[in-house]
Amino acid sequence: MNLLNKFLCKAEPHFRKGGRLERWYPLFEATDSFLMGSRRVTQNAPHIRDGIDLKRIMIIVVISLLPCVAMAIWNTGYQANTALQSLGITEATGWRGIVMSHLTCSPESFISNLVHGSLYFLPVYLVCVIIGGTWECIFNIIRGHEMSEAFLVTSLLFPLTLPPTIPLWQVAIGISFGVIFAKEAFGGVGRNFMNPALVSRAFIFFAYPSQLSGDQVWIAVDGFSSATPLASLATANPTSPLTSISINWSDAFLGTIPGSMGETSTLACLLGAIILLITGVASWRVMTAMLLGGLGISSTFLLLSSTTNPMFNVPPHWHLVIGGFAFGLVFMATDPVSAAHTNVGKWLYGAFIGALSIIIRVINPAFPEGVMLAILLGNVFAPLFDYFVIQTNIRQRMLRYD
Amino acid sequence: MTHYLEIIFSALFIENLVLSFFLGMCTFLAISKQVKTAIGLGLAVIIIQVITIPINNLILNNVLKPDALAWAGQPNLDLTFLGLLIYIGVIAAVVQILEMFLDRFIPALYNTLGIYLPLLTVNCAILGGTLFMVERDYNFGESVAYGIGSGSGFFLAVTALAGIREKLEYANPPAGLRGLGLTFITAGLMALAFMGVAGIS
Repeated sequence: MNLLNKFLCKAEPHFRKGGRLERWYPLFEATDSFLMGSRRVTQNAPHIRDGIDLKRIMIIVVISLLPCVAMAIWNTGYQANTALQSLGITEATGWRGIVMSHLTCSPESFISNLVHGSLYFLPVYLVCVIIGGTWECIFNIIRGHEMSEAFLVTSLLFPLTLPPTIPLWQVAIGISFGVIFAKEAFGGVGRNFMNPALVSRAFIFFAYPSQLSGDQVWIAVDGFSSATPLASLATANPTSPLTSISINWSDAFLGTIPGSMGETSTLACLLGAIILLITGVASWRVMTAMLLGGLGISSTFLLLSSTTNPMFNVPPHWHLVIGGFAFGLVFMATDPVSAAHTNVGKWLYGAFIGALSIIIRVINPAFPEGVMLAILLGNVFAPLFDYFVIQTNIRQRMLRYD
Repeated sequence: MTHYLEIIFSALFIENLVLSFFLGMCTFLAISKQVKTAIGLGLAVIIIQVITIPINNLILNNVLKPDALAWAGQPNLDLTFLGLLIYIGVIAAVVQILEMFLDRFIPALYNTLGIYLPLLTVNCAILGGTLFMVERDYNFGESVAYGIGSGSGFFLAVTALAGIREKLEYANPPAGLRGLGLTFITAGLMALAFMGVAGIS
């Protein structure tokens, strides 16, 4: 370690301004701070610095995502193995079959589930990291910006919102669009107004709807169709929708249901939320407001009750555990860059997203999964919320002064 | 009543003139640097839409449509080919009156809107509103509702864009994208988000 440190210290002057390799400074800085930590030394008072910087915040978000990743890997394998078992097949197909031939495809085996799931999750994740990371490097080197850990979060959030059967070239197009048009066009981390992972997801959702919705995509077995609970609820018997689906509440809470890879488990999202709230990285105001907004509007729909639309009759505690509501609430809406910045604004922003995601889910037959689009709309209106909060504050203080 | 609310809601979000049909882009992109001016422009568009669409509706139903002039002893007369000409004339007149009104009573807004206020005459969002009314064959009540909805849709889009652009003061785009280029990308991303409400019935 010491040797490595010496080597990096020796190499540093070449990358500094005027050095031979000045152009490659962003890459050097990224390697250096990834391996060694920050070398920043305070030049003048105050010398006391808070240890929590952008790097640490982003790493905490990555750590809080780990339960979701673990659950994504296990559940993808579990769903695939269960489907194979119900079809009476013991071997997976394609290149994955070669790896899986050393194990049996059985949903009871923890290891088999993990390995089978990672054969689906890891390629998607690697494509995100490699393609997105290349774009990041290109932009940072040309523009002379330092690399940021924020990309680790984006490249982890995006695969978690995808179904396991997504073609890898679509993943590449999605992450490229998100990184270039939602982030780097605005100047990189902290200057964008929309969450890049969500923009990527929305872009490929509208560009390739057949690979991102429907019954065929959620289970990683060819020709096996199984709708997500949300989709089956939307077409269920209007008066008692819950009796016509085969899962119960605790399945949906634990996440052993078909769906996007990382979004199924509310429990994993809850663990992530605890880490984010204890460390103070995510805003509790946004989370609480979105939860209250969602509960409020879904209770209203339940009271209104409809005889033709089954989604009206889904009780609020079900809305929390199906679809991407919990994942969006914990990881997407709380993105500090694209959320509202004032405290009152955060309450408005959270409640707006919570209410709108349930409204889209319930009354929009085109997209039963409304959370992602509701958060994007929330990003669009977040600066306006801030504007009006600030203007009200200015007016009140003027009145007090008079 | 719900029928009118549906028209307003759909014109506001689902068939937003700016973000789903991309009408009225020039004003939308030009007068969105500050939220305050954007609100002024949005209000002006709402007023013009609420006045012109119902007026054009009355003219269409009572003068232009086939047999509409039967009361004046001119049956079998179809004047719909004069439609475009007359609608633009009505819009121009209303804009002129609004301009004189703003000049007299709200000179600050009049000055910030500048050339874009008279240009509202040839704004495609305004004429588009009237033409959608003709195409969908709205009656008088529906055209009032559509005027409110489509005007408010423009208001919503332009204030949201202005809010974002005020925030983007801190953005650091590549040199070639500075200014209008970035605004185009922003508008495109906003339209992507607005697609989420398309399909609500």
